[in-house]
Amino acid sequence: MNRRAATFGRHAVLLVGAVAVVVPFLWMFTTSLQTRAETYTSTSVLPTSWHWENYAHAWAAAPFGRYYLNSVVMALGIVAGHLVLDALAAYAFARLRFPLRDQLFVVLLAMLLVPTFVTVIPAYSLVAGFGWIDTYAGLIVPRLADVFGIILLRQYFAGIPQELDDAARIDGCSRAGTFFRIMVPLSMPAFATLAIFSFLFAWNDFLWPLLVTNSDEMRTVQIGLASFEGRYGTTWNYLMAGTVMATVPAIAVFMVFQRLLVRGIAMTGLKD
Amino acid sequence: MPSAEPRPAATAATRPAPVTRARGRAPRLRGDRYDRSEVLTAALFVLPAVTVLGIFVLYPILSAARTSLTSWNGYSPTKEFVGLANYTALLHDPALWNSLGVTVLYAAGVSVLGVVSGLAVALLLDSPIRARGLYRGVYFLPAVTSSVAAAIVWRYLFDPAGWVNTALGSVGVDGPDWLGNRWLALTLLTGLTVWKNLGFNVVLYLTGLQALPTSVFEAAQLDGANLWQRIRRITVPLLRPITFFVVIQALITTFQAFDLVYVLTGGGPRGGTEVLGMFMYREAFRLGDFGYGTAIAFATLFLVLAVSLVQWRVSGSGRSSLR
Repeated sequence: MNRRAATFGRHAVLLVGAVAVVVPFLWMFTTSLQTRAETYTSTSVLPTSWHWENYAHAWAAAPFGRYYLNSVVMALGIVAGHLVLDALAAYAFARLRFPLRDQLFVVLLAMLLVPTFVTVIPAYSLVAGFGWIDTYAGLIVPRLADVFGIILLRQYFAGIPQELDDAARIDGCSRAGTFFRIMVPLSMPAFATLAIFSFLFAWNDFLWPLLVTNSDEMRTVQIGLASFEGRYGTTWNYLMAGTVMATVPAIAVFMVFQRLLVRGIAMTGLKD
Repeated sequence: MPSAEPRPAATAATRPAPVTRARGRAPRLRGDRYDRSEVLTAALFVLPAVTVLGIFVLYPILSAARTSLTSWNGYSPTKEFVGLANYTALLHDPALWNSLGVTVLYAAGVSVLGVVSGLAVALLLDSPIRARGLYRGVYFLPAVTSSVAAAIVWRYLFDPAGWVNTALGSVGVDGPDWLGNRWLALTLLTGLTVWKNLGFNVVLYLTGLQALPTSVFEAAQLDGANLWQRIRRITVPLLRPITFFVVIQALITTFQAFDLVYVLTGGGPRGGTEVLGMFMYREAFRLGDFGYGTAIAFATLFLVLAVSLVQWRVSGSGRSSLR
């Protein structure tokens, strides 16, 4: 009996917490389906009316299609860059011996600690100098590699038994071959984790796309949403429809890959 | 991050001892310590990432160090060298002290509430409870939401005409102007950040809890320790490394905060939530004083480095206490 009461208590507290976490999402969704008049008076967090046309209005009021395209191109570019560049570097740091390896790694770790806004101003002038303002190159190239991914993959590679490499080497495989034929196939979970992290980072990123895009044509979803908020701040139903549209892809990715993501956090959290 | 250090040594020790071992650590003859083809492969593998990071992270850091010593509007071809003028001006700028105070309060709030909420939820979830995965998923939802979307939603929830005040009004309470009062605005910003980080902290604590030896708890239970005593005397001390990590993460995110603040309050009201990132943005990109903005960024960097150095020291000892 006592045990049952304890379980009940647990559920009660967890439920209250879960509701508190979810209310902003519910309100966002509910508001996105209301008429403008309702948005100012409604106290319900559950939908009371279903004006799906708000989404069409929001979609038409700003080039959301274009924002989506830009975000997807940018996110895929960054994910691909991280998977290739980070993995190659991580393998070298995990398995190969070369001069200044440890010193170089310490420099990378130190970069991780530097607030983004230290690098933002000079990186912005650099990209402007290349003529990359308002281009995909400006959005993607500066973020093709990242330190976090190198560390994540290096930790994972280090956990793969060295004997496998040795066996491949004895069988006449080159070091590069060992990487592509042994390490890569064995590291798919780590690659998946990194891909999800990188996608979420890119999809949700704000400051850098804000600085390197000026035209509506090149804005990403987040920047588009922020500027939409400036213009439609009083029509909450449209604004929330836009917010829902900007949020859904990230949540969908999370839902599908939840297990991997959670494991990834555990992996970096504990080993870091 | 620091624990990554001992690793290379460990892997080196597990492989067959290199020939040079016999001569101890002394020989510095690069040629025979390294395999040429191995070094070549390594160079090819490291080069792409190092090039990107070198150009777009390392160079900007060094360049920023120089810019912070100049007076520059961001586009003029000449940067006038002004020495430490930006830094001395910074020290006398009340906006810096306001910003620093705001950031410290924000960081403290996010750290304390982050630890308490993360640990509490993790403890509740750390049992074969039904719908465990569902809870974890729900608590994680804010973490995958973009800062812009999250901040927009909070901003309108707490608008004077928003849902919170409408709901308060319907039970006869006159809701305050949440974002018009600096303390309430800072409280909201703190709440928003904790809400957004909750999932991460819960997952970290859950992982930590699962690694704890059950025997200690059984022994304590046999000795008559109640639940609260077990949590306070065993769980919390054993989880210290995780708590440390959560606190450091909180400090780093708050000292680097920008997006949430930009959208939720824009730094207002009257500087009430102007964290360091926002202060830098205003000076550099709004007022066009890039030299000064960079000096602010650098001052923040020193603070973050100091904090990280403490982490490096303490987490090392924290980890060894777990063993």
